[in-house]
Amino acid sequence: MAQRSDVTHKYLRAKKKFPNVWCAGCGIGIVMGSLVRAIDRLELDRDNVTLVSGIGCSSRMPVYLDFNTLHTTHGRALAFATGVKLSNPKMHVIVITGDGDALAIGGNHFIHSCRRNMDITCILINNQIYGMTGGQFSPTTPTDSYAATAPYGNKEYPFDIPKLAMGAGASYVARGTVYHVTQLDQLIYDGIKKRGFSLVEAFSNCHTYFGRLNRLGDSVKMLEEMKKNALPLKAAAKMPPEKVQGKLLTGVFCDVEREEYCDRYDALIQSLQGK
Amino acid sequence: MAENIKLMQGNEAVVEGAMIAGLRFFGGYPITPSTEIAEQLARRLPKVGGKFIQMEDEIASMASIIGASLAGSKSMTATSGPGFSLMVEGIGYAYMAEVPTVIVNVQRGGPSTGLPTKVSQSDTMQARWGTHGDYIAIALAPQSVRETLDLTVRAMNLAEVYRTPVTLLTDEVLGHMREKVTIPEEGEIEVINRQKPDVPASWYKHFEITPNFKSPMASFGDGYRFHVTGLTHDEEGFPTNKSVEILAKLTKLRNKIMRYLDDICQIETDGMEDAHVAVYAYGIVARAARQAVQMARARRMKVGQIRPITIWPSHDKKYREIFSSKNLEAVIVAELNQGQLVYEVQRLVPKHVQVISLNRFDSELITPAQILNKIKEVR
Repeated sequence: MAQRSDVTHKYLRAKKKFPNVWCAGCGIGIVMGSLVRAIDRLELDRDNVTLVSGIGCSSRMPVYLDFNTLHTTHGRALAFATGVKLSNPKMHVIVITGDGDALAIGGNHFIHSCRRNMDITCILINNQIYGMTGGQFSPTTPTDSYAATAPYGNKEYPFDIPKLAMGAGASYVARGTVYHVTQLDQLIYDGIKKRGFSLVEAFSNCHTYFGRLNRLGDSVKMLEEMKKNALPLKAAAKMPPEKVQGKLLTGVFCDVEREEYCDRYDALIQSLQGK
Repeated sequence: MAENIKLMQGNEAVVEGAMIAGLRFFGGYPITPSTEIAEQLARRLPKVGGKFIQMEDEIASMASIIGASLAGSKSMTATSGPGFSLMVEGIGYAYMAEVPTVIVNVQRGGPSTGLPTKVSQSDTMQARWGTHGDYIAIALAPQSVRETLDLTVRAMNLAEVYRTPVTLLTDEVLGHMREKVTIPEEGEIEVINRQKPDVPASWYKHFEITPNFKSPMASFGDGYRFHVTGLTHDEEGFPTNKSVEILAKLTKLRNKIMRYLDDICQIETDGMEDAHVAVYAYGIVARAARQAVQMARARRMKVGQIRPITIWPSHDKKYREIFSSKNLEAVIVAELNQGQLVYEVQRLVPKHVQVISLNRFDSELITPAQILNKIKEVR
């Protein structure tokens, strides 16, 4: 494990930006570790990596990392990232976002980014609640769960993130959890490597709000629950549907080849310029 | 070489100006009466290796041009009132994060979806105060098709020099009317590119506060690896809650524009030396004002004209000088709205000078005769 943290330290703005804003036991730091290990393993030139985020707990991640980092307005990370990527297609553009940021206020940008298929990797940290503002329900808060703005239980139905991304046309869709770190490392690695729009949902814990308001215990308890409830897609395929019901499916939901947007646009430029 | 003369629309002139200025990225969303700008740039930009993208809405359009500008491309969007309302979020961000961007607002009648195909100047104050928080906006307003071309280049130059969003305020009539334009030859109009840093990466501060308030700007990918945020930040771009740093940042944002009013602000005056009455109007209305002033002068009335070309910021000192012209008794402020710039004039005229509003908001242009009648009433 020592080796793992060495890699992380290589990419931190350690002297400038720590301690971080996250609660003790928060899963976002685990996702940050996975992201850094994936980038390191891919041997990306850090000058050619841009991390873009919106607003929320997860969106604070880029400030701690020594890349080109762009912390934008609420929900708009993917739209800013679209401009960065199309302006400089050589850039590896990675978007860090949360369930509220990407799916509520940023829902429009999310589906259109999936559809457009620009080579952007979107890491969506889903903790099922608005953490930064104090525990209001989000588009992924389960029905009947409690939140600061759902004191009698949430009356809405949540998004299924992989289904939404696939429906909207993403080239690569995967889900991992902050308990299954080795798998998450791999999913993010594959997501960045994929040419086209990739969506990696990182299921995480907000014990401070979601956990407390729903009596799910502390960080450790919530991670243990993730361990129990997660079910790899491959295993689920061999099980009867009633046993799959209510489980958190993990793994790669789709991985398809579609010509990437910037490549298509570049081909247009080449043809117009007669090259 | 033969002159390159074209009959073109104001919206086409925006495109010509933008291409001259070196535009390389346009992110937009269709909206009447600005759409020709997007349509033509979709055709023109890829031919020079530039990028055009139609985004999912105006919020995304503004966001995309900020991202593209940070990645090194000269960037622009174009819209009209309802779209501008959505863009103000991003305009505030571009101001705070000091990202050069140009927003063309081809004004139409409001409020709300209002009058998509009718002329208006009712976004004048929105161009100044659209986004939340204290800020200094730059907005330019042409009165002809050729001037639309020139001011598009100028808007892009100002954005690059001052690292800030700049709005070009045209309107439905200017955008769609056709006039003869001599396309300037290469090098005829000055084009300014942003200043890049020449220091090693470890010394570089993306938001450095320099004595002249201008800080060089690296692009993502240049090897400087800086942080950009809309949160109030220090010189390196990292969020801060320290009052000293907050004050320094917000003061810099203000000073970097307000210390350069002489460069930024263009005001045209005519016949003010002996004028008893002045007509103050911008954009398309200034043309009616010009004719009205000529008609009045032919009737031996001493009337002058004031035409703000830079609408925002206001060069208070210069306006005070103009309004202090020794015979001046009244200023007629003619606007295609219910009275917006009139408050700026009221704020700056000497006490003895009367300020009279001439407004029209029934979707038709103010006519020279209307202005002349007002002049006669005053005299």
